[in-house]
Amino acid sequence: MTALLRTEGIKKAYGGVHALTGATISVDEGTIAGLIGPNGSGKTTLFNVITGYQRPDEGQVFFGDRVITSLAPEKVFAVGIGRTFQLTRIFPRLTVLENMLVAAQHNRSQRHTVRRRAMELLEFVGIHKHADLLAGSLSYGQRKLLELAYVLIADPRVILLDEPAGGVNPTLINLIADRIRELNSQGKTFLIVEHNMEFVMGLCSSVSVLESGSCVVSGPPEMIRTDKRVLDAYLGADFEDDEAGQQGPAASPGQEDPSDVTS
Amino acid sequence: MGRELYQAIADGILVGGVYALMAVGLTLIFGVLDIINIAQGVLVILGAYLSYSIYGHLHIDMFVGLAITIPVMFIIGVVIHWAFIRRLRGTERTSMTLLVTYAVALIIEGILYKIYGANQVQINEPSINGTNASIHVLGFYLGYIYIYGFILAIVLVAAIYLLLYRTKFGRSVRAIMQDETAARLIGIEVNRVAAVTFGIGVAVTAAGGIAFGATNAFNANSGYDLISRLLAIIILGGLGSVGGALAASIFMITLESVVSIWQPTWAIAVFYAALILVLLFRPEGLFGKKAVRAQ
Amino acid sequence: MAIRVGLLIALLALAIAFPQVFTNPAVTNYGVFAMIFVTAASAWNIFSGNSGYISLGNAVFFGSGAYALGLMAKGWNVQGATVFDLLPLVGLIGAGIAVIFGLIALHVRRHTFIVITIAVFFIFQLMAFNFSFTGGSSGLNSPFLTWQPVPYNQNFYYIALGFAAVTVAVAALVRRSRFGLQLRAIRDDEDRASGLGVKTMRVKLTALVITGSITAMIGGVWFYYINQVQPQTGFDPLWDLQIVLMAFLGGYGSVSGPVLGALIIEPGSLWLNTQPQFSGGYLSEILLGLIFLFVVLVMPRGIIPTGGEWIKRLRTRGRPAVVPAAVTEKVGVAVAAVGGTPPLQPPAKDGGQ
Repeated sequence: MTALLRTEGIKKAYGGVHALTGATISVDEGTIAGLIGPNGSGKTTLFNVITGYQRPDEGQVFFGDRVITSLAPEKVFAVGIGRTFQLTRIFPRLTVLENMLVAAQHNRSQRHTVRRRAMELLEFVGIHKHADLLAGSLSYGQRKLLELAYVLIADPRVILLDEPAGGVNPTLINLIADRIRELNSQGKTFLIVEHNMEFVMGLCSSVSVLESGSCVVSGPPEMIRTDKRVLDAYLGADFEDDEAGQQGPAASPGQEDPSDVTS
Repeated sequence: MGRELYQAIADGILVGGVYALMAVGLTLIFGVLDIINIAQGVLVILGAYLSYSIYGHLHIDMFVGLAITIPVMFIIGVVIHWAFIRRLRGTERTSMTLLVTYAVALIIEGILYKIYGANQVQINEPSINGTNASIHVLGFYLGYIYIYGFILAIVLVAAIYLLLYRTKFGRSVRAIMQDETAARLIGIEVNRVAAVTFGIGVAVTAAGGIAFGATNAFNANSGYDLISRLLAIIILGGLGSVGGALAASIFMITLESVVSIWQPTWAIAVFYAALILVLLFRPEGLFGKKAVRAQ
Repeated sequence: MAIRVGLLIALLALAIAFPQVFTNPAVTNYGVFAMIFVTAASAWNIFSGNSGYISLGNAVFFGSGAYALGLMAKGWNVQGATVFDLLPLVGLIGAGIAVIFGLIALHVRRHTFIVITIAVFFIFQLMAFNFSFTGGSSGLNSPFLTWQPVPYNQNFYYIALGFAAVTVAVAALVRRSRFGLQLRAIRDDEDRASGLGVKTMRVKLTALVITGSITAMIGGVWFYYINQVQPQTGFDPLWDLQIVLMAFLGGYGSVSGPVLGALIIEPGSLWLNTQPQFSGGYLSEILLGLIFLFVVLVMPRGIIPTGGEWIKRLRTRGRPAVVPAAVTEKVGVAVAAVGGTPPLQPPAKDGGQ
């Protein structure tokens, strides 16, 4: 399988803070890939670099065999990479439908076609009843769905999701996961940043772990779960409550000695 | 010609120092509180009128009178913040504060007109700003008032600096500047700190008021000219940058002073011309931070 | 929808009939000024209301239009009513100023933009005072039109009304169009809009050009009406504030808001100025400041949206939460910018449009 999206050795520093120290990840076409790591490991920064909101100091971003490192966000969007944000960015004073239409900029087809497509997508995520409400009056979970929908209207090949399950109730999380799977079965590729381990492990076929700005290990979820490096990366950082109650094959105390843990 | 030039430069620097004081107050208020205080100009005039009345009625020395005017202006600042600005919220908050402070400026201007009338006045304390009240240095005349004003400006800016960087209060202020929510989380009483900071930003107008009022004939209307200069200065220097305000003040005022030698009427235009030039090439001002694409 | 069209036609009919019913020039004078300000306030809203870039310097266009018309009339020796043929040229000048101004000022953040508009405003006032061709502090006078008092005011009224109607129509069109949608997206989240492909600079500049040309033209009309322009009247900082207040009072960002705001404030302020205790000038300043404070602090969204909300709140007492979009606008603007489908609303129409 070919890598549809990949980065090579991305470095990015702000003043003295080295957010990314040589991040290399790769996402195969048609897969759902996960990107995890403790807080401050650089996940959102990497997203920003990929989507053009920030320029890396070093390294390249590839889309297929095209170098897209220095493209501005709207060009990245036009090339076929859509992205959502951790703190949802919607247009609060426009209606839900209008939000969809703004994202359909490139679409030169007839108005009613665009509108129809917009309503279809709103139905797909389940908020079509709110089409004429001001987006600002939606609940947090509904906003996440809206953001997903309007990123989709541009028909991207790759969709980057920044914490799609964050702060959302379990029913909605399942809905989101469902929708992602469905879109994936239609051929869309996903790269998902998440803290919710269950979500990631249950959805993704491949997971990369970012720590201190670079990828320490990458592979299928079962492998990641038991990898010492991953546990090391997370120890000492904030523990996700999501992990609580997640026993079984996940934590394998066999290999490392708890007493030699340093943060 | 050379002598005139150097005199103009010297004057420019001294006067620039005073403008720096007022500009620092303005840029501080923006940097910490995201408030654009359009009323700063008319507040300087208010301070000038206060000093004028104090000196005129109580015959207290101008600079001694500061002991009264600074606290008074501080209180006025706190009141303005508490009454009008505190409740502004939302994404367009900064723009709203601009409109609100513009409205407040209008009201203060109207009140000053009512009390003092339209005639121009000036604070005159012969020993300080009389025609012979100057030092004769290296062939230049440096008026006492300008020197005092400059020294006052330095002292107050230093005081503000110390306050910001050496006190607990200052730490709170800087915390809010960086992240208001986080500051609240660790127990900083943001509203109170905000009000006090605004008060300080306004209190410096008392000092600016004296210097301005003793060196210019003024009336209630003079606030417009003042605020448009101050705004140009802080934008040029970079909104929120104290160093920028200092540098820009001295630079712009000196430039104007020098240009006045040849073209007094148009000298003010260089202010705006400089502003436009900078904005074309560096929209964030000389020392401002680039507006980062969010997230 | 039909009710809205009906309402609009009725209003228009009223407006047209106004000077026929009230023939006293002193009364029609109010009408002329009201229409001038309806035009100026609506024009302001086309750019500032939709994009969120508040301009405190539209007087630049207004005064420039006045001066431009005056200079052209003088320079080309234009007599009589043919001067109005020059208005499109004035509009072009306004557009030109808007382009230059926009290219300089639209790169900055929103609050910096406001300050720049103030600075540019003062530059223009300064130029008007100091250039000899603008007549310095005495300004320019317009040649007199040979109309009798009653038809004089009436004619100007209809001219201004024409401008007002067209401006409101343009505002409505903008609101419904994709262009307007892009503007409002910029207002909400410019970076995100840009990231989605909206050509922000182009969009903002276009809106500014529309606003600038209309404001310049109505400035020309105003100049001929009062026969004189001086630096402090053509470029009056309080004028800017009044326009902003009208837009805010009526409803910032809406089409009918500035109309309402202008119709309330302009006649009001004209009348106040005839009262003796207000002629000193400072009382009107204080009052303007107070009203401004009230509007911004208490009802920042303005009468129409806030009023619409209150009415809805009264009518939906007891019903579950979610409030529909505040679609409380007049005809032609009623639907969301997409055109076509009526919005989801409680079946009965509100009276509070």
